[in-house]
Amino acid sequence: MGDFLQVFADNVHDWFPPLLRAAEVTLELAVLSIAVGLVLGLLVALLKVSRLPILRPAAVVYIEAIRGTPALTQIYLVYFGLAGIGLVMDNITAAVVALGMNTAAYMAEIYRAGIESVHKGQRDAALSIGMTPLQTMRFIVLPQAWRVVLPPAANLGVAILKDTSLASAIATPELMSRAYDLVGQTWRPMHIYLLAALIYMMMCLPLIRLVRYLERGARRGEAEAPGGRGLRRRLAEAWAAGARHGEPGAVAK
Amino acid sequence: MSGFLEFWRILLARLPEFLPYLLRGAVVTVEITVATLLFACLFGLVLALLKRARVPLLGSLASVYIELVRAVPVLTTLFIIYFGLAYLGIQLPSFVAAVLGLGMLGGAYMAEIVRAGIDSVHRGQREAALSIGMTPAQAMRFVVLPQAARVVVPPTANYAIGLLKDTAIVSTVAAPELLFAAKTLVSQTILPMQIYLLTALIYLALSLPLAHLANAMELRLRRGD
Amino acid sequence: MAPMVSVVDLHKRYGDHEVLKGVSLDVAAGEKVAIIGPSGAGKSTLLRCINYLERPQQGHVYLDGELVGERCRNGSFQPMSERELARIRAEIGMVFQRFNLFPHLTALENVAIGPYRVLGRPKAEAERLALALLEKVGLGAKAHAFPEKLSGGQQQRVAIARALAMRPKVMLFDEATSALDPELIGEVLQVMRQLAAEGMTMLIVTHEMQFAEDVADRVIFMDDGMIVEAGEPHIMFRAPLQERTRSFLRTVLER
Repeated sequence: MGDFLQVFADNVHDWFPPLLRAAEVTLELAVLSIAVGLVLGLLVALLKVSRLPILRPAAVVYIEAIRGTPALTQIYLVYFGLAGIGLVMDNITAAVVALGMNTAAYMAEIYRAGIESVHKGQRDAALSIGMTPLQTMRFIVLPQAWRVVLPPAANLGVAILKDTSLASAIATPELMSRAYDLVGQTWRPMHIYLLAALIYMMMCLPLIRLVRYLERGARRGEAEAPGGRGLRRRLAEAWAAGARHGEPGAVAK
Repeated sequence: MSGFLEFWRILLARLPEFLPYLLRGAVVTVEITVATLLFACLFGLVLALLKRARVPLLGSLASVYIELVRAVPVLTTLFIIYFGLAYLGIQLPSFVAAVLGLGMLGGAYMAEIVRAGIDSVHRGQREAALSIGMTPAQAMRFVVLPQAARVVVPPTANYAIGLLKDTAIVSTVAAPELLFAAKTLVSQTILPMQIYLLTALIYLALSLPLAHLANAMELRLRRGD
Repeated sequence: MAPMVSVVDLHKRYGDHEVLKGVSLDVAAGEKVAIIGPSGAGKSTLLRCINYLERPQQGHVYLDGELVGERCRNGSFQPMSERELARIRAEIGMVFQRFNLFPHLTALENVAIGPYRVLGRPKAEAERLALALLEKVGLGAKAHAFPEKLSGGQQQRVAIARALAMRPKVMLFDEATSALDPELIGEVLQVMRQLAAEGMTMLIVTHEMQFAEDVADRVIFMDDGMIVEAGEPHIMFRAPLQERTRSFLRTVLER
């Protein structure tokens, strides 16, 4: 045990900086993927709740296909698969595309749950004063939906941050990749992967705290919102919609 | 256009050669999923009970573990167990490392699921059980846990579906499951798009029915609300 | 003859808030005691201390001469083991405001589970006993119904049968009709009347003043954690001595 810790003490100052720099890439990947996912996800969600003929089923197929397959498979498809049919991209772009599309599918369901959480009567009232469906969505539904959307979206953000580690499989220069290289140089897998775990914790734990805070805020708003008791169920549905790897909604506990 | 047709021609032509190979990997995927599910349920139950233990130290240890393991990617946990333990002298076969690596996180999820299930049972139930002379253990066994079990099933099914997909991660430590089989096939045939597409379809074939089942279960239980 | 229930100087605190401030009470075998008073007076807490669902900070409870929740060893009091506490609790029947029927069991199973799992009777015998009790409270036909299919009044009657299945020495009723719709209260009070006529020792926390006057041998008025006044029903309800009793009754009977 003493030797183990001694190795840490001797080498931490060599190992930590490169890992931290790689963690920056992790964060960049996550932010880009989430940005893509937020925008694309909204589009897909709106298509899914619409009645448009070809686009609605396309949205449904998109969501089911992505939610039903592993993220790593999607990364391989985008990087290797597309290259195989002539569409070559570098590993950072591939990671963002794959994770972005992945996020979009989950966000679409979260958005949908949020949209559906807004009481039907609201829409009727908006339409009856002459708003178009689009205006209703923009001025009435979405502003109320975000309260239900925010906690599971934040939860999804944490999950994406962790999923950037999968990009190491295509040598994207993020944290796990760098850790793997470092292990190849130093032959100290236990120390280095533990260090990597520590850095992930440093990034994720504050975010998880944020998620809990948001969830509590959403619950408090439930008391004031109309249709109170149903809102709790809608919140739970939104959680389930965004749930990845079967995460129980209890991140917030 | 001809390229598009050529793509599908190749896929269909070599399907009888690819499919059995991939399906063998899919069997291992299912095996890993089931093994991890069992491990996670057991581990999760232990963690949940530890959290309620009279000894505060055990409870805090369990809580801290659950917090921390969820803040780390599965890949990292897996590498710590596979490569890290090997460094310390414990060389695990990749199947075992896979189950442990996935189960470390799974146990934390299951612990939360079990806890939520027990909490969902109204306090008055336990009091009524005690008031007809049951011991706390009897109350847990005959009144609380049976009711908690109903609440626990949907999130567990949900977890199982996520787990099935997560097994793909263990391809990175050469566990012979579906994605690893796919990677091997790609390196031999240089037909990545066809093979990964097929692989994705197989995952869908496994996960979609499970998802429908889980949905149906949840709806049936929701009606009892 | 020793009292069936004896409560000696009970004190119960939740954090800073003292709920019972020295309550003492004796209930003779076969006696029916009604406990009335404003909410927050400590009436429910008193009942829950008697079957040790709540642990008092100070004071003792005796059932038929036996200490509840504690043992006396060489002059000092120590907590009772869970097993012994369970055994004594079986001799005290409690009926809750919110019924607390077990939703995953039928009415029959709710009543039978005590004799079957706690007393260790064979299942068939336990179910026979349960059916007889359900018929006694008028619900024989609903034996195989689940609680969610029963009305509030029916559920409470099943709850009473469940408590009776353990052959208790005393029955505690914690606002048994407060959560019921008005038209369902009567059927529950009817069962309670029948029990009273059969000689059961009963402690009844209630807001049903007429019922209390009809059935009780003694009425106790509690306020702010203490027994303010006690006496025979017709005196308590018509000519109470204490001003606090008078003003409480005024507000309650005016409804």
